[in-house]
Amino acid sequence: MKEVRLMKGNEAIAEGVIRAGCDGYFGYPITPQSEVMEYLFANKTKERTGMIVLQAESEIASIHMVYGGAASGKRVMTSSSSPGISLMQEGISFMAGTELPCLLMNCVRGGPGLGTIQPSQSDYFQAVKGGGHGDYKMIVLAPASVQEMYDFAKLGFELAFKHRIQVMVLSDGAIGQMMEKVELDEQVPRWTDEEIVKLHPWAATGKTPDRKRNIITSLDLNPVKQEIINRNLQKKFKHIEETEVRFEKIMCDDAEYLFVAYGSSSRICQKAVALGRAKGIKVGLLRPITLFPYPTKELAKLAKQVKGMLSVEMSAGQMVEDVRLSVNGAVPVEHYGRLGGIIPAPDEVLNVLEEKFIKEKLLCKTH
Amino acid sequence: MTEEIIIAGFGGQGVLSMGKILAYSGMMQNKEVSWFPSYGPEMRGGTANVTVIISDERISSPILNWFDTAIILNQQSMDKFENSVKKGGILIYDPNGITRHPVRTDINIYTINAADESARLGSAKVFNMIILGAFLKLKPLIGAEYMRKGLEKSLPARHHNMIPENERAIDIGKSLVKQTYKLN
Repeated sequence: MKEVRLMKGNEAIAEGVIRAGCDGYFGYPITPQSEVMEYLFANKTKERTGMIVLQAESEIASIHMVYGGAASGKRVMTSSSSPGISLMQEGISFMAGTELPCLLMNCVRGGPGLGTIQPSQSDYFQAVKGGGHGDYKMIVLAPASVQEMYDFAKLGFELAFKHRIQVMVLSDGAIGQMMEKVELDEQVPRWTDEEIVKLHPWAATGKTPDRKRNIITSLDLNPVKQEIINRNLQKKFKHIEETEVRFEKIMCDDAEYLFVAYGSSSRICQKAVALGRAKGIKVGLLRPITLFPYPTKELAKLAKQVKGMLSVEMSAGQMVEDVRLSVNGAVPVEHYGRLGGIIPAPDEVLNVLEEKFIKEKLLCKTH
Repeated sequence: MTEEIIIAGFGGQGVLSMGKILAYSGMMQNKEVSWFPSYGPEMRGGTANVTVIISDERISSPILNWFDTAIILNQQSMDKFENSVKKGGILIYDPNGITRHPVRTDINIYTINAADESARLGSAKVFNMIILGAFLKLKPLIGAEYMRKGLEKSLPARHHNMIPENERAIDIGKSLVKQTYKLN
């Protein structure tokens, strides 16, 4: 039987990266995710697997330490919360330009600015549309449970190295701070230096006489070459869109109305689905697990079946834009969100769904 | 079975750790559990609350606004959560420091004099276990052997010598809980 523990989301991702064979964590503390580094230090990773854990002098330093570790073919990561992730955007863009794999975790808190330490989902645009400069995408995984915080550590590293891309786990204060049951896997061994040379011929592992120098840079001043670099990047993003979409459907088979929500909002909507079904409303939930690539095709399919979609996020309406693009006007799409660290309640979101789609319709009929 | 609980009081009363012991014990009994704290600026003397859900099924929302049981340990929490108990649900509170007692007539209300009792025992640390005992008397969801396992898992090894004292406090809580309003 698998080992089971009660853990906070932040502790689960920390245990997850240790067991996924992570080589290095570089970070700077910020609420509500400081437990990640605390857990790593308390678990003596150096003795357990040899993994390095380092508190950098700032978020900007952390992301560039990640850049260096990734350039040498290591499994490396950082984590932070919204204001800290903003500071890292330059480094993330440089990693996109050099196709360096890494794992990032944003435990989102309310913004803008220092905002609040309470949970929010207002960093969707930053994560999914590219928070740094240039034409790039990251794979964005949205955990909705503590188990997924754990699982996405290993999955994140796998995807990062499979596609040579940055993978962001987009969590929030609620997922990070709550405790749930977690099933743990066996330890994945860290790569040896020899394995890294063999697995990642692009990495800066030290030049040998039998190969050319590996240069890791995002700079090419020749526009013709730079366009080719960019086209290749776009080809990769396209390939990811075709192959890596992940989502979960709950009670969608006969649904007439649909919630679309990710992360902690999806948990609230799951309860709202149960409450709605108990009232006789045929409502379902589509939960995107990958935010890039987005489950566009699945939403387009569901648009042929349902009468309306309600996108629920703890933001002023960010993901709703992708829902609207996906259904392309086929059905009405509305948004409901709470801001500044307020978490909506299940009956609150169900009421909104009824107000927006069901009660209005009844009014129309009586006219 | 799904039991949705809010525990609310002052920081330092052991609200979060009581919730953790409850959740861990539920997990040891093979239930699905979730523990969602208020976090952040709250500290000793401030308010703290935690939502604990224990269920036989996969838990949907860990964040709720209606509860089967509210365990209330100070006046601010009474003001905030009395109206969050589901109709027919239960409210357990320690009357110590309560100036406005609950007035709902559509729920069952109980008191537990845990502050007085822990003072009498000379051990403020067992306050929250007396409260937990009161809850377990009214909602016997978790067997004593699983409570022990939960205590073992939640307390660091250096505090395992205190487990028998905690178990005694749970029993005291079970015997001291009193009903003050009975729903017809």
